[in-house]
Amino acid sequence: MKNLSKVNNPHGDEKVFDACSIFGMMNLKGQRFSAKDPMRAIANMHDRGNGLGGGFSAYGIYPDYKDDYAFQIMYLSTDAKLETDRLLNEVFDIINDEEMPTQEAKVTDPPLMWRYFVQPKAAKLQGMSPDDYVMKIVTRINSETGKAFVFSSGKNMGVFKGVGFPEDVGEYFCLEDYKGYLWTVHGRFPTNTQGWWGGAHPFSMLDWTVVHNGEISSYGINKRYLEMFGYKCTMQTDTEVLAYAFDLLMRRQKLPIKAVTKILAPPLWSEIKTMKPQTQQAMSALRQTYGGLLMNGPFTIIVAHEGEMIGLTDRIKLRPLTAATKGDVLFLSSEEAAIRLISPELDTVWSPRGGEPVIGRLQTKKTVEAIA
Amino acid sequence: MKSYVIPEYIIERDPNRCIRCKVCVNQCSYETHCYDEEDDCMTSKSENCVNCQRCATFCPTNAITIKKNPNVYRNNANWTQEALIGIKKQAETGGVVLTGMGCDKPELTYWDRLLINASQVTNPSIDPLREPMELRTYIGSKPEKLDLDFNNGDMELKTKLSPQLTLETPIMFSAMSYGSVSLNVHKSLARAASEYGTYYNTGEGGLEKSLYKYSDHVIVQVASGRFGVHSEYLNAGAAVEIKIGQGAKPGIGGHLPGEKVSAEISKTRMIPMGTDALSPAPQHDIYSIEDLRQLIFALKEAVDYTKPVFVKIAAVHNAAAIASGIVRAGADAVVLDGIRGGTGAAPRITRDNVGIPIELALAAVDQRLREEGIRNKASVIAAGGIKSSGDVLKAIALGADACYIGTAALVALGCTVCQKCYTGKCPWGIATTDLWLTKRINPDIGAQRLKGLLRGWSLEIMEMMGGMGINAIESVRGNRLVLRGVGLTDTELKVLGVRAAGE
Amino acid sequence: MALEELIKESAGSLTIKNKVAKIDATGMYYRDLNTLLRQLDKNGIENIQVHNVCGQRYLGTDLKGNIKLDLYGTPGNDLGSFMKGVDITVHGNVQDACGNTMDNGKIVVHGRAGDLAGNSMRGGKIFIRDGAGYRVGIHMKEYMEKRPSIVIGGTAQDFLGEYMAGGVLAVLGIGMKQKVHDARFVGTGMHGGVIYIQGEVRHMGEEVAVRELDTDDYNILKPLVEEFCSYYDMDATKIMDGKFNKLIPVSSRPYGNLYAY
Repeated sequence: MKNLSKVNNPHGDEKVFDACSIFGMMNLKGQRFSAKDPMRAIANMHDRGNGLGGGFSAYGIYPDYKDDYAFQIMYLSTDAKLETDRLLNEVFDIINDEEMPTQEAKVTDPPLMWRYFVQPKAAKLQGMSPDDYVMKIVTRINSETGKAFVFSSGKNMGVFKGVGFPEDVGEYFCLEDYKGYLWTVHGRFPTNTQGWWGGAHPFSMLDWTVVHNGEISSYGINKRYLEMFGYKCTMQTDTEVLAYAFDLLMRRQKLPIKAVTKILAPPLWSEIKTMKPQTQQAMSALRQTYGGLLMNGPFTIIVAHEGEMIGLTDRIKLRPLTAATKGDVLFLSSEEAAIRLISPELDTVWSPRGGEPVIGRLQTKKTVEAIA
Repeated sequence: MKSYVIPEYIIERDPNRCIRCKVCVNQCSYETHCYDEEDDCMTSKSENCVNCQRCATFCPTNAITIKKNPNVYRNNANWTQEALIGIKKQAETGGVVLTGMGCDKPELTYWDRLLINASQVTNPSIDPLREPMELRTYIGSKPEKLDLDFNNGDMELKTKLSPQLTLETPIMFSAMSYGSVSLNVHKSLARAASEYGTYYNTGEGGLEKSLYKYSDHVIVQVASGRFGVHSEYLNAGAAVEIKIGQGAKPGIGGHLPGEKVSAEISKTRMIPMGTDALSPAPQHDIYSIEDLRQLIFALKEAVDYTKPVFVKIAAVHNAAAIASGIVRAGADAVVLDGIRGGTGAAPRITRDNVGIPIELALAAVDQRLREEGIRNKASVIAAGGIKSSGDVLKAIALGADACYIGTAALVALGCTVCQKCYTGKCPWGIATTDLWLTKRINPDIGAQRLKGLLRGWSLEIMEMMGGMGINAIESVRGNRLVLRGVGLTDTELKVLGVRAAGE
Repeated sequence: MALEELIKESAGSLTIKNKVAKIDATGMYYRDLNTLLRQLDKNGIENIQVHNVCGQRYLGTDLKGNIKLDLYGTPGNDLGSFMKGVDITVHGNVQDACGNTMDNGKIVVHGRAGDLAGNSMRGGKIFIRDGAGYRVGIHMKEYMEKRPSIVIGGTAQDFLGEYMAGGVLAVLGIGMKQKVHDARFVGTGMHGGVIYIQGEVRHMGEEVAVRELDTDDYNILKPLVEEFCSYYDMDATKIMDGKFNKLIPVSSRPYGNLYAY
């Protein structure tokens, strides 16, 4: 098993610090749009990053393959590709695969990017759910060769990221040619100068993606808590624990998003004291049981998965987040100006409270749930 | 036979300051000072002095200085003062050399070689004076996940939680038996715990009747002697603690010398006055792990599953494996007591040579329970010479849910750790049952002093947490990344799960 | 650089007519925009309009003259930070840290403000028509006649007036259906200054007490509210008729008993 940490983290920092800009845009009716606006928005927040990382997640971009798992893999060597291709052929039925289209742009040392549309081989499932099966393979690829890394593995979605300003990364991957109903974007300001494409955000697990602004000071215990449930934290960025936390709480333990945000950004004891007795009991129990997943330290995150975009800040709002709506579109941004650039007129604009999520859901009656 | 043991201390009295008020005569319980009526002068029998500093503290003119007797045996790194005196004492008595309090040998404290982080630039530190800083801690078994119901948007808890203790600060008062310390000390501890929002442990001497009113803040202990253990007692506490061992004397039972078994002790413990109360070494109904499970559930039945049951062990070599067994046996909390743990009386040879430091045991136990995926099933409480809020915070970072303090609490009440608790003559009125001495502790003032200690430490913990950019204790608990080690070997760093400073 | 040169170099984004400079800031990097503003300042221009502002930071920071600056759009973070004497009107919302450590001057916002408005303010005035975010007026100071003030038309969020050492912070609660402010930890760490708030405060810092306003208070508050209303065409009498609460620190040395000497 190769240790990827040395590639991403040559100085052996306990974790790589990130500070940055984030942006999210979702058409709640599912109408798809290109990356042009998200790219313009993130470029507007250029000064929050330092050009050492940028990335996008996009949902609804592969309608022709919407039931297939879309693997987008980065290769640092041709041997790694050969080995990974061999593995993929063993465990998946490969519907289609090709090199990802790219064009000239101001990015540093781009690796080989390949995408595959796959289905687990039915015979090999052996009672495992397809999602768990895919997760296992992803973990294997990421740790086996040390030169192959899966950027995303969800259905009808993809993660595009690398070393460069996010608008340049978007240009490199020709994102203006893609159409998705939900885009999240991240511009990075890492304190580590290694140019490793895998270290940029978004970080993903199946179709969960996380972009994150801030630093998780509780990382040391969040990591150890998740390890008890079989997750392995190898990426040495604190964003990783967020992706795993969502996977554990929402996919495996089937908790609703409302409970999950109360675990990651719980209300203060002084606030809980003012709640109804029934709610008090539930909130106290959440803190007692899941204290190891309390995310301390400043953060704003935008989490996305099929049909949902969720914005959340830490409970004392140490990082900014502005939410806005215009017609069917929900915006989330580190700065309001980025939203105004795309849409000078807005129906609503507000700053969510610390620890209170803004949730955009696809085509349900109550499409935007938020505490203004 | 004439004793060959030379006195440890010399009393120096400044004649210009001494006003012959005789406070020192009244305060000293070792009959060190006397006043000669005929000659109108004060004299001292230095050989009785134990350096408890009572006379010096109370002398209104600061006339008394207690010095280490410069008359010492020749310096010898192997044949130390202590070794020589120990042998002579044993020759003279044919007995086991007794001592009190915790191991005083150097090189066994790791807290002082662990350093805490602070946030700079990449993460803001938080101001504990103005922004919320949460120390609330719950002790008890936690589930792996919760089942919740949502009615009209309101969250409702479906999972039934195991009984929990609610602590407003992650510090509790450790077990100190009624008999090893006085009733007024217990009153002070019980009141302070109840007013501050934490708990005090009865120790193995039972719970005196007048203290039943503090029920909600008492942890009742069931030790090998089963002193004062009856159904009312068990239900009088908020939790029940099974004592298998303690850090000061792993592997042997409690020891209350006959001098301290007064009429009241005799009543509470149900043993004859003046006899030595020696608790058995093991609990005689626990000879194997399945027996422990049996006792744990016997106690849970006795309280109808309404209170958490703890198991306390001394930190020994295979603490991790034992702790794992304890958790699987159904305990709601594991208490680990390290080699620095205090006691009212123990053979000095055991106190100083048996057991391991709490820091190493705690780190090993926390890691082991996580590796087995059972860390949530029981809380871990650390004890054994915790002397500052820095130690408490480091213990939590290593994995403890809370800390027990014993010696520190007594020091807050006046104790100067002179290690003579076993004589029953504590002039501070703490480690004694002599009614003339015990009234020197006023529970009103005692409770105030203890609350002051809890408050001071809690404020300091909040300052350090804020410095790290953390505003809830959950985020420190088990977070080894907030610690770095200095002057530690690679193996020690590995056991502690901590990087070296600079890394 | 002389004005004619500036206009030429600007390639159409700068025009000057009747001593009023108009800038089209579309796609302009903040450094270039601020340099341009400085140049105009040096050339004695006292009336500047900037259109299509979108996220440019530090506007108004280093201008020395007696300037009236009108901004159309959404200025970026740190608007008027360390500013000394400029009169800024924003036709839109402002982002975080507007008036950061402001020394003198005025900022009038026809919209809302983000977090940290008036952070460490030392003088001058800030008027926000709608609501504001977290930590408004944090560590405001005052000395003798230098007394900053912030007036928020709607409501603000948590940590309002945190660690205030001086100055006046007024929150008017306009447009609130129920006059109860959700903000928590209001005035935490306050040891100077005063907060006037119309409506109930749910949760305050321990150092703060609620009092009734006296004549001196009204003499401070009324002119501020009148000035506020003059910018937004609102009825000052109606607002002053509502019930205000005064929040002041109860001790000037609130942490005296925290330390063991």
